[in-house]
Amino acid sequence: MRALAPERRVDFVAIRKDFPIFQQSAHGKPLIYLDSTATTQKPVQVLEALDHYYRTFNANIHRGVYAIAEEATARYEEVRGKVARLLNARSEHEIVFTRGTTESINLVAYAWGRKNVGPGDVILLTEMEHHSNLVPWQILAAERGAVLRHIPVDGSGRLDLSGLDKLLEGPVKVVSLTHMSNVLGTVNPVAEIARRAHARGAIVVVDAAQSLPHRGVDVRALDCDFLAFSAHKMLGPTGIGGLYGKRALLDATPPFLGGGEMIREVRLEGSTWNETPWKFEAGTMNIADTIAFGTAIDYLERIGFDAIAEHSKGLVRETMRLLGDIPGVTIYGPPAEERGGIVAFTLEDIHAHDVATVLDHEGVAVRAGHHCAMPLHAKLGVAATARASFYVYNLPSDIAVLAEGVRKAKHLFRR
Amino acid sequence: MSLDDFYRQTILDHYQNPRNWGTLENPDITAQDANPLCGDEIRIDINVKDDRVEAVRFSGTGCSISRAAASMLTEAIEGKTLDEVKQINRDDVLDMLGIELGPVRLKCALLALKTLKVGVYGVQQRWPGEEDDE
Repeated sequence: MRALAPERRVDFVAIRKDFPIFQQSAHGKPLIYLDSTATTQKPVQVLEALDHYYRTFNANIHRGVYAIAEEATARYEEVRGKVARLLNARSEHEIVFTRGTTESINLVAYAWGRKNVGPGDVILLTEMEHHSNLVPWQILAAERGAVLRHIPVDGSGRLDLSGLDKLLEGPVKVVSLTHMSNVLGTVNPVAEIARRAHARGAIVVVDAAQSLPHRGVDVRALDCDFLAFSAHKMLGPTGIGGLYGKRALLDATPPFLGGGEMIREVRLEGSTWNETPWKFEAGTMNIADTIAFGTAIDYLERIGFDAIAEHSKGLVRETMRLLGDIPGVTIYGPPAEERGGIVAFTLEDIHAHDVATVLDHEGVAVRAGHHCAMPLHAKLGVAATARASFYVYNLPSDIAVLAEGVRKAKHLFRR
Repeated sequence: MSLDDFYRQTILDHYQNPRNWGTLENPDITAQDANPLCGDEIRIDINVKDDRVEAVRFSGTGCSISRAAASMLTEAIEGKTLDEVKQINRDDVLDMLGIELGPVRLKCALLALKTLKVGVYGVQQRWPGEEDDE
């Protein structure tokens, strides 16, 4: 659907020039940004979209009947359609705008979960989840007396599905899992898990915060019931993201937040709700950032998600090759072919903070810590890892600087 | 600040050869703490004689800054009275390290002091880093 004609080659050197942040330096060296899993940089087109909105048609949406309010409403709703097409949803009514992945999962846990999960019911998660897909369910389980189970991670960084049938036994109401690990880069077989979960009557919630930016997502191919994502991890602004939900499920889910816009009629003693998806969008939404998110989607679709996935894979291969050549480096997770643009590693017993500080002085930005996945790090047996992650503005030359920096760290702490 | 300034020789020395490393058999004071953000863990044991720190040991895992700060801190409190130990503040630790730190690494640098305070006061105080932040 979004495949490129094979003869078209994407010029990633030219793409980098669209990102103003790379015109500056860090510690006197060119900035090499390898933390796109945390948040991506923004192309000038997205920045201009923000500016253009505020300068020319800033107005609240769904309310005013004057020209700029109608313009703002139309442009905001247009992005809903773009997201629906991006995800291959059946309708734009299946797209709810939220603050991001975390809020989207919380929406499902609170609004759908409180209505549908009761004492003794089972919530099935995995050991490789980001805290945002653990904590909301822990809160729900504690409140409703439900039971948490977790699909284990094996030594290669993949989900161990050998015991899935047993984990799906009993009153399993929801299976919530990441499509792509934010630490290991592992891409999980969501479609297969969804098929098996649905056979037991559970709904399936997918954290697509990493997979959507890196590979694109097809909600009908996955057959998930809910899918959460963030704009800022795919060239868009912070503070905006969304939740895909099957229409019937969204219709049957009570509101999450109450307030303006999400209502049909308000009386002093009670109210009726607006229709899906607006019943989930209480208060003034993040209009500017939503519109700029639409520009980010346009930008990514011009490159093509197949080209992005291929580019990431090339960078991962190069990283695993160059870091793998350094004695003392341990790389976590599956081979390059089975992961998105993320490589987490440790260097002997040198703390990840120290590795990251040395790299910072080389102009290289990597993340060091547990990356909001403490249970996964406990499973890996390390307190912290350094993580390099890539996106469209990264080039193979970045990886060479990374590897040189890692050698430097090793030298510094061993002299 | 250049890399060589940041990882000054004294910091690397305390990191690679931590002073007062280990544990005490029957410590009069023992305190443990962790910085879950980076997985640093520390335990400090102290023996007290005549209200003075007769012996101190520390152990745990951590980055170079956290371990060097702990090592320097244990050296600094040897022989001091508990009241003197209570007077040590975050600026003293930063002076020992002699480098500028951002907010994340500040917590690494102050973990040992925080743990020490928990030990000598017997209760958890605020983060040392928060003492001056009104």
